[in-house]
Amino acid sequence: MSYPESLKNLIKQVESTRPERVQKKKAGIEIPAMTLDERADILQKCHPDYIPGTRRELKVGPSKGYAVAHEFADLLESKSRFDPDKVDFSKVDFETDVLVIGGGGAGTAAALLAQENGAKVLLATKLRHGDANTMMAEGGIQAADKLWKDSPGYHYIDTLGGGHFTNVPELAYRLVNDAPDVLHWLECLGMMFWKKPDGTMDTLPAAGFCRSRLHFAGDITGAEIMRVIRDEARNRKDDITVLEFSPAVELLLNEKGQCAGALLYNMETEEYFIVKAKSTIVATGGSGRLHVQGFVTTNHYGATGDGIVLAYRAGVPLKFLHTLQYHPTGCIFPEQLEGLLITEKFRAAGSHVLNVNGEQFVYEREPRDVEAAAYIRECRDRHKGVPTPTGKRGIWLDSPMLDLIYGEGYVKKEFPGKCKQFGRHGIDIAKEPMLVYPTLHYQNGGVEFKATGETKVPGLYIAGEVAGGIHGENRLMGNSLLDILVFGRIAGANAAIHAKERANDGKLNLDHVKAYNKEVAEAGITGDRVSPMLLPDYTDPRIKERQLSSHYVGTLR
Amino acid sequence: MTKKAVTTKEKPAALEVAMIPIYVMGKRYEVPEGLTIMKALEYAGYKYIRGCGCRGGICGACGTIYRKPDDYKIYSALACQTAAEPNMYLTQLPFYPANHASCNYAELKGVPEDIYKLYPELFRCVACNACSKICPMDVPVMDVIAYIKRGDIEKAAREAFDCIQCGLCTSRCFAEAPQYHIMQLARRIYGGKLAPKAMHNAQAAQAVKDHKFDPMLKELMSMNKDQLKKVYNEREIEPETAGDNWKPKEARYLLKEFLR
Repeated sequence: MSYPESLKNLIKQVESTRPERVQKKKAGIEIPAMTLDERADILQKCHPDYIPGTRRELKVGPSKGYAVAHEFADLLESKSRFDPDKVDFSKVDFETDVLVIGGGGAGTAAALLAQENGAKVLLATKLRHGDANTMMAEGGIQAADKLWKDSPGYHYIDTLGGGHFTNVPELAYRLVNDAPDVLHWLECLGMMFWKKPDGTMDTLPAAGFCRSRLHFAGDITGAEIMRVIRDEARNRKDDITVLEFSPAVELLLNEKGQCAGALLYNMETEEYFIVKAKSTIVATGGSGRLHVQGFVTTNHYGATGDGIVLAYRAGVPLKFLHTLQYHPTGCIFPEQLEGLLITEKFRAAGSHVLNVNGEQFVYEREPRDVEAAAYIRECRDRHKGVPTPTGKRGIWLDSPMLDLIYGEGYVKKEFPGKCKQFGRHGIDIAKEPMLVYPTLHYQNGGVEFKATGETKVPGLYIAGEVAGGIHGENRLMGNSLLDILVFGRIAGANAAIHAKERANDGKLNLDHVKAYNKEVAEAGITGDRVSPMLLPDYTDPRIKERQLSSHYVGTLR
Repeated sequence: MTKKAVTTKEKPAALEVAMIPIYVMGKRYEVPEGLTIMKALEYAGYKYIRGCGCRGGICGACGTIYRKPDDYKIYSALACQTAAEPNMYLTQLPFYPANHASCNYAELKGVPEDIYKLYPELFRCVACNACSKICPMDVPVMDVIAYIKRGDIEKAAREAFDCIQCGLCTSRCFAEAPQYHIMQLARRIYGGKLAPKAMHNAQAAQAVKDHKFDPMLKELMSMNKDQLKKVYNEREIEPETAGDNWKPKEARYLLKEFLR
């Protein structure tokens, strides 16, 4: 298997324009980047966030009246997965100082720091420990640590520019200021950063940044971070207990109004368990598997936005959830790789993006939302997309030109993971370009929280992709691996302190869930929708028709 | 070649897809050709709880073992990355028990003996190479264990970098060794104790601890949108291929003491 003849012919167009493009690139001649006004214009016309009719105002909860995508509204305008009156609080199944919900980068970092601050930690996660979008993040992690040409100040300016100056300043401040120390922490834990022989970390430029400050480990930076911190959590198993395949389905409060644990659901035995905790950290990650507007996604199987539902029902408002990030370069062909993330590092290194005629139509390093909008315009409005055998349209990402710029073997050395993935389908990305199209990638917003990790609900902390405000309306590359660690560590440390100093013992209850269910019913929302979703449902409709005795609601049997 | 402008307004017809038989744990299902093993199972009606993770070939949840008719060989794959082939007899191995030897990482000395003490079973390796053969990531697992035995942790770490910890190697190991945990330890020892330290990063982390950037960040945080836009538009962009020795002309937010 490789590219079919129809695409091989179109690749000739790319090859015909390549020598001249490479020459210009070497001479430092770029096609012009858009002005701020041009960016605003193309977003308005072509970005999925701006399409009328794709959002609706919420009828219930602390952010009632706020318009989010229908897929989120469906989740939030749902009842709990179980009858809260049936839960017996006379028997607590687990008791801990800090409960961490989510076993990705943010949750694991939080668990480590909570432990270092003296807490016993229970980490509950829906799938395996490490099953998270963190694992899939490829490109790298940002930090301004080459002080002779950079500073957190410039990192701050870039981050706000990328977020269209809507970021919460205190959150952006923490993000950029803590960045160098996060990298130092990772290095001390044994992460294999790519380095020069003298120890200087390799860095690359990235879209929307004025300095080269993207640090990386091959093209599997997130996986390297995840496996290192997960290994460290396993080393501390006396203090950090991990419960896999046990998602939280509801937070618990106590009569003092504090968050005091969660109800877990064992997906394999279908039992519910009560966890009593002095502090609780929600680090459940993102929501790509909601497939907003039918987009394919780069996200993990478990990215179903559970934490938003949990925190929202407990009274935490939403923030910036109206904006989602469509990664410009998701694989669109071959079909087996559809939705697969093609790291921005290709464009960071200088790969051009081209239409069906092999022509450049946008600077390859615009911020992600602008870049994605430009691809949609090229395919949808200008009809210059590359037709795929599966009936879709894509854009060429010219990886082979990197070998011409940096020397033979560059692609293979810098992108070993991608070479392997495409190689399995007979495509050599050092010789042939890749076909890409925007894919649902990241939840820019989430629930409201403070730079201390705290929320409106005492004892409830937030970290990672579920949090809203750090990135404003658009996140830049490499700022997400950074944010999960910065805010994961903060939430972990502060949750441990809360557990020690401020947590009040009290009677557990689910009154907030009962009230929420009532509000849903009173808002006239009918049907049997329940949430959190836990897992997406990819069962073929024809199969479902034959599954007479299974009642599927989300993943509830 | 002559350049011909193409537009692609008409939607091309998707190709007709043939059905192929696969055998999931011995049971026959008809699935469309070209699907990954994972999508083929979902097509057949399976609903994953275990055995499915990132769906992008990096998390190690979907290690798969299969045979072909009239072939003695055992093949391996990642279910999310491999197209289903006709008459595959397959099973996934979502979990395989493996001993993780806990340690106080900070106290390790960065010597091969660190690994030997924690995982003495690695010396039971009989060099059968079953681990390397089954690795879906083409990690030369047996060689990595050999590099560790001879004390070359750097080489072991580099060669084991692509490991996704699916556990297939361990499932085949005659020595009952948990290779993927051993390789993880080798990588961490190399990354944290043997590789040269990034002095510039330690310096920056210290500068943050000394609150050196607080004044500039406080100033930026107090700016309104228009002021920020101005700063954003005026900032100097490092040329793509400038390298570490590049010196910016505009130094408004650089600290003098760190300039080279």
